[in-house]
Amino acid sequence: MTSHTAQTVLDECYLETRAKLLEIAAVLDRVDRAEGTPAPLTGGAAARRDQISAAIQILLRDAPDRAELIQQLFSRQYDPQWRSTFGLQVEHAASSNTREN
Amino acid sequence: MDFIDPHIHMVSRTTDDYETLARMGCVAISEPAFWAGFDRGSADGFRDYFEQLTAVEPRRAAQFGIEHHCWLCINAKEAENVSLSREVISMIPEFLDRPGVLGIGEIGLNKNTKNEATIFLEHLDLAVEHDQLILIHTPHLEDKYQGTRMILDMLCDDSRINPDRVLVDHVEEHTIGEVLDRGFWAGMTLYPVTKCTPDRAADMIERFGGERLLANSAGDWGVSKPTAIPDLIFQMRRRGYDEALIRRVVYDNPAEFFAKSGKFVQPVR
Repeated sequence: MTSHTAQTVLDECYLETRAKLLEIAAVLDRVDRAEGTPAPLTGGAAARRDQISAAIQILLRDAPDRAELIQQLFSRQYDPQWRSTFGLQVEHAASSNTREN
Repeated sequence: MDFIDPHIHMVSRTTDDYETLARMGCVAISEPAFWAGFDRGSADGFRDYFEQLTAVEPRRAAQFGIEHHCWLCINAKEAENVSLSREVISMIPEFLDRPGVLGIGEIGLNKNTKNEATIFLEHLDLAVEHDQLILIHTPHLEDKYQGTRMILDMLCDDSRINPDRVLVDHVEEHTIGEVLDRGFWAGMTLYPVTKCTPDRAADMIERFGGERLLANSAGDWGVSKPTAIPDLIFQMRRRGYDEALIRRVVYDNPAEFFAKSGKFVQPVR
């Protein structure tokens, strides 16, 4: 659908991408400089820092769906049995379009 | 280019925003019922809100040549209060015959709780009983994937629901595929930080094409940009997209979906 070449896309987005990478680097530096460091992060802060590291690893993959993978990384897990967990029954069940998960 | 914003909360915006939207090509909007930023204390609070959506906002929009439409419900956040939700749901039929009411929405999940799911299902019953279109809110951030899957489960498990009469909003890269694959309409929300940027929306159009895909600003009382759709148009033109594809996403698709209500007024130029 796009009429742009890879080189054109990169040319157009290069400076913006460079700036975004610098922002991320600066945030990580700020975390390292913050009060309480170099003591290791704990609890939710440690988990969030680990998620950011994992997201950066996704950026380095040679895959076409990095944005989707990062979205998945930052998402809660889906439980196909959620209805029984909640005790909610299926009424007006659809036989044709009910999907097994 | 003329455009329709299919999801914008004008009760939270100034009259200047209506004027700016009109100047930028907006010819119609639809305004789903949503959370006011605080939990309302009574069903009467919702009655006043529905009056505002169905009577006051259309007049304000008309001053600038914009057709105003709306959707009615109690939103997912306040759905945690089940008894209040049931009071509100029982009142909604009083308003469904008013001009400009397109259907039930934006219903959905917020934190993916049992109470939210219970009220979501009762909204589906309401929509089916009154043959209404449905507009779905999907949750934010880390709750979006789980909540979207739960919502799709509830919709697809119900034999009465026709996916072609349901718009699932706020899709992002990890939810858009399944929404479209299951036959629903999908809305991309151009909302800073927490949802989608014009660039990423254009990327999704590249990946999935323009069929059954809409874009909206979801402009509201939070940090948001009511003129986000012109930003998307600009981005698509910058990428060299065909004008017909751009128009399909920002005008034809919302017009086609809304027309299924039988109450959509096609804007006249």
